[in-house]
Amino acid sequence: MRTAYVSERMLKPQPAPLQKARGWGAARIGGTLGTAFWALIGLAILVNFIIGYDHDFVARYAPRMLGGLWTTVWIVAVSLVLGALLSMLITAARLSQNRAVAGIGFAYVTFFRGTPLLAQVFLVYYGSGEFRAFFEAIGLWWFFREAIYCALFTFTLNTAAYQAEIYRGAIQSVPDTQREAGWALGLPRKVIFRQIIAPQAMTIALRPLGNEIIIMIKGSAIASVITVFDLMGETRLAFSRSFDFQVYLWAALMYLALVETLRRIWDALETRLTHHLER
Amino acid sequence: MAESLALLSFGETGWGDELAAGAWLTIRLALATLPFGLVLGFLIALAKVSGEPALRRGANIYTTIFRGVPELLTLFIVYYGGQIALQAFIGLFTDTYVEVSGFVAGMIALALVFSAFSSEVFVAALKAIPKGQGEAAWALGMSRRATLQSVILPQLIRLALPGLSNLWLILLKETALVSVIALDDLLRRTSVAVGNTKEPFLFYMVACLIYLAFSLISAFGLGKVERWTRRGEAR
Repeated sequence: MRTAYVSERMLKPQPAPLQKARGWGAARIGGTLGTAFWALIGLAILVNFIIGYDHDFVARYAPRMLGGLWTTVWIVAVSLVLGALLSMLITAARLSQNRAVAGIGFAYVTFFRGTPLLAQVFLVYYGSGEFRAFFEAIGLWWFFREAIYCALFTFTLNTAAYQAEIYRGAIQSVPDTQREAGWALGLPRKVIFRQIIAPQAMTIALRPLGNEIIIMIKGSAIASVITVFDLMGETRLAFSRSFDFQVYLWAALMYLALVETLRRIWDALETRLTHHLER
Repeated sequence: MAESLALLSFGETGWGDELAAGAWLTIRLALATLPFGLVLGFLIALAKVSGEPALRRGANIYTTIFRGVPELLTLFIVYYGGQIALQAFIGLFTDTYVEVSGFVAGMIALALVFSAFSSEVFVAALKAIPKGQGEAAWALGMSRRATLQSVILPQLIRLALPGLSNLWLILLKETALVSVIALDDLLRRTSVAVGNTKEPFLFYMVACLIYLAFSLISAFGLGKVERWTRRGEAR
């Protein structure tokens, strides 16, 4: 004989219980006011733009600012890539058994991480003029004469120091047993590093690396101080000619859009690459 | 070498005293910014972990803005925007010309950025404190304020200190940006010295080394404080 385990009578579907109304406490009032404040600022920028729409003004400065945005993007991209290459060398120096070499790596990283980027840019841009004869002799004066190349050069040196620290920390946080296991298998050192250490280290380095990219985008605004016409430089020029404060707000929105887009892309990338580590 | 030393000496002919005055302003600016940045950052962090969605949203927009906009741009917006807003406000009553102090503008801009970043540090620290701590205090009948003061805060400081020391080092370097709005900090004084002596490499290198010294001294001191806060932990 079979017993039916299915209930004979089903309960009628019920509506969800009524949610308790949230009271208007201090937190809710404060939060709503705060959110409204931001919404109001956004609206004010938009309304101001539409009402005060000045075709000549936009036609004159919008393309320039977009061009500046492009300059910002490529300065940051190039210095990040070159900095990554340079940082490999510095990381190797930092992790070297030779104390003198490790000391040089340490001094480099400490100097570039311990001083303001603006001071470094000044040091390279104005300081290189003092060695003009030397640079002319070795045929590099065309490079150091241009503000934009000086900015690129300084950003590269600077990000190399930060990236070296990121890679060093990541490599050191891969457990020693991984290396030892590779040894036990009789793998050559090169293979151990490339196939075992580096992939794990890069996964760890991913997050701080994303932060470094964002810091570089923001830091690159400093180039405008030595007359580079990146987004910030174009914005300052537009302001000094028009005295229209709006341009600064546009620039802020552009930087914000750039940083937020990158952050989202990086988050997606990280989720994808560390998928196997999630529990 | 002797020439360089003469240029850097204190007194009528050297630039040492000017640089020292600039360095002092840099320190004052960083120290004046710190408390505002910390308190504001803590309040934002409380808003971010609050149960009220509207409050969280407002706080998240705040951090997104000030973490995404370059510090230099924030400084300009505060300095020029503050100037325009203040002038418009004063203009309602009288027609005197007012000028925003570069020091205050720098302080506000740096504090806004600092608070955005420090709120993230505080949020991470708040989340790292086990929930049971707050619940135990509740069970003992402690008020919310007393819980925050004597249960949460002491643990929070220990957890947040490494992140906050990092932010202090960043703040110290970011003060250099105020030289762009003509505030006589270390970097600006250095630029003036360079303009007069035509020795850019020497002076900018000295300025860098002074900043480096500040960073190293701070890092050393903060390391000691961190060890002191962790004195109760098992090794």
